[in-house]
Amino acid sequence: MIDGFAISALYALGATGFTLIFGVSGVLNLSHGAIMVAAAVAAWAAASVLNVGTYAGALIGVGVALLTAFATYFAVVKPIQDSRRIPNEEKEIFVLTGTLLWGIMIQELIAYFFTNNAKTVLPIVEGVVEILGVRTPKNEIFTAIVCCLVIALLWLLVNRTRTGKAVLAASMNPRGVTLLGLELTNIYIVVWAIYGILAGIAGVLLGMFLGVSSYSVGPLTASAFSIVVLGGLGSVSGSLIAAFVVGYLETLTAYLVSPAYRTIPALLLLVFVMYIRPQGLLGRR
Amino acid sequence: MKKRLSVALRIALGTAAAGVLMTASGAALAADPLRIGVIAEAQAIAGASIPQAAQLAADEINAKGGVDGRKIEIISYDNHSSSADSVRAFQRAVNEDKVNAVVASYISEVVLALEPWASRLKTPFVTPGAASNEISKSVHADYEKNKYTFHGYLTSAALALSVCDAAKDLLVDRMHMKSAVIMSEDAAWTKPLDIGYEECLPKIGLKVLDHIRFSPDTTDFTPIFNKIEGSKPDVIITGISHVGVQPTVQWKNQQVPIPMFGISSQATNETFGKDTNQAAEGVLYQGVSGPGVAVTPKSVPFAEAFKKKFGNYPSYAGYTAYDEVYYIADAVKRAGSTEADKLVTALEATDWEGTIGRVQFYGKDDQFTHSIKYGKGLITGLMLQWQDGKQSAVWPKDVAKVDVKFPSFIKLSN
Repeated sequence: MIDGFAISALYALGATGFTLIFGVSGVLNLSHGAIMVAAAVAAWAAASVLNVGTYAGALIGVGVALLTAFATYFAVVKPIQDSRRIPNEEKEIFVLTGTLLWGIMIQELIAYFFTNNAKTVLPIVEGVVEILGVRTPKNEIFTAIVCCLVIALLWLLVNRTRTGKAVLAASMNPRGVTLLGLELTNIYIVVWAIYGILAGIAGVLLGMFLGVSSYSVGPLTASAFSIVVLGGLGSVSGSLIAAFVVGYLETLTAYLVSPAYRTIPALLLLVFVMYIRPQGLLGRR
Repeated sequence: MKKRLSVALRIALGTAAAGVLMTASGAALAADPLRIGVIAEAQAIAGASIPQAAQLAADEINAKGGVDGRKIEIISYDNHSSSADSVRAFQRAVNEDKVNAVVASYISEVVLALEPWASRLKTPFVTPGAASNEISKSVHADYEKNKYTFHGYLTSAALALSVCDAAKDLLVDRMHMKSAVIMSEDAAWTKPLDIGYEECLPKIGLKVLDHIRFSPDTTDFTPIFNKIEGSKPDVIITGISHVGVQPTVQWKNQQVPIPMFGISSQATNETFGKDTNQAAEGVLYQGVSGPGVAVTPKSVPFAEAFKKKFGNYPSYAGYTAYDEVYYIADAVKRAGSTEADKLVTALEATDWEGTIGRVQFYGKDDQFTHSIKYGKGLITGLMLQWQDGKQSAVWPKDVAKVDVKFPSFIKLSN
């Protein structure tokens, strides 16, 4: 159960940033998994190869994710959005393909420099505790707490600060925001920064919890994508609920049926939801 | 008089010219290199050592004058761990780069995809690291067609035997263990391995309580370890290669109190300690070699030369790839030709002391035709353990330097 909670919280963290970007700028960032893996591998490299220590390593990991997220926006997404030669209605497809290729480039670079072997980030807290007779690694609890804290902070940021309110407004009506005199590009940059930090924290935590390799890029993007679709594209709370549904469904399958079929029920559920409620659990469109 | 002289002169000149031509063509023949294509997984640690080790062997042979004056040329191709890329590389190697033999891959699925191409293109082909029984069984089933394929590494059946032999000495006789759970990834090479385990573990006195096969893309092993703990075995017998870092780290983080013993290919890599942040401590794994382990007089000098040149110790497939270049060269020398059928016959007669033991191939009538022979005096494999951040041999006795020891969270029941 705690295992399921930690996994779900991690999924939630990863998916929140993903859905936020879609909500605000209509971008489906298919290099999501690559950014998470880049964060984890950077944290590993900093801690194990350069010996900077666990905390500094984790910070470097998040920093790398932030930089990669900005690189994704400025090098891939923005040029496509600003291009006059690509018709507006085709821009989404171009962004999809662009970020997908960008993700593959990051993945190959990681594989080239760090091999495709899995890496793990040294846990910040070590050891185990007994909870109701179940031996649980302290790091798992730590992961769950950090995820909840970050999500709570995000909620505060979006609902209680000026910048956050602008972001929220932009996701509802971009034109309205520009009419209010706010620069849309600045809001995008803020959103990509939030996204980079969220993806970075999720990546580093995943590296501590389960370990990642360049192979994880595809599955990570896919899981974020299906959670976001399940929850309703652009809906942060929908993504949170969906993350827990998927996380628990996977964990229960692994425990009760067989670890080999772990991901199947969640995907079936996704197909089922698409049939009866195409806009997702809490989707607006 | 003058005319005659000129004729004589012409003849003399002609002879000289012909002589020059002949020596020239002779030299061309001698300089025509023996080409070996190397197809491997450049991004995987196990695969990356393959072309490097092959090149090292070629350099050494060339420095000593090559094979009957012919230099060895290694042409390597990155297959990105993909069967399709490997097949294309194989075709290119044979048809365009005119290689005489191919050394390829540590992944069984890739090798099984290449095997029919070795037959079609009639090119001798040796794998340094794949393990599936099917590779050599196909040679046995249709010898005339598939005789070009050689299995230069132990079959899964032999690997299972090696693990069982070691488990009997270390776990049953010394630690009085009685039960085991098999934990293996779902892949071509583990099917025969699991059959081998199920057969030989009860024979040595380890009761198999459960058998867990999981998808190679599993990332969360918590449920698997939970299930294993539930059946309370004395030891977990592993069959893992595509995964390794993740189960090991989670085994340590969750403090699973049961030792892991068996095949864990990633643990054979020198970088495994760092990749797992030293969670590897206490992991027991089967290998054919290890840093500082003198299986034969050639093992240590090879490993050191490799480290000097490439900065790290070779993976297990590095050892076998190095040996393979040597015994292919040896076979070419004995055959006196690079003609495929003659080379196959010469390879079959291989008796080569390499870095992992004495290499001989099973014959046409054996079940595993063209696979390297397993046994005492040939190749038995080793059992190694990660101790204090290093890989140390613990079995067999003649090469073992240290005793088995476990991290504190392991609770031995006896």
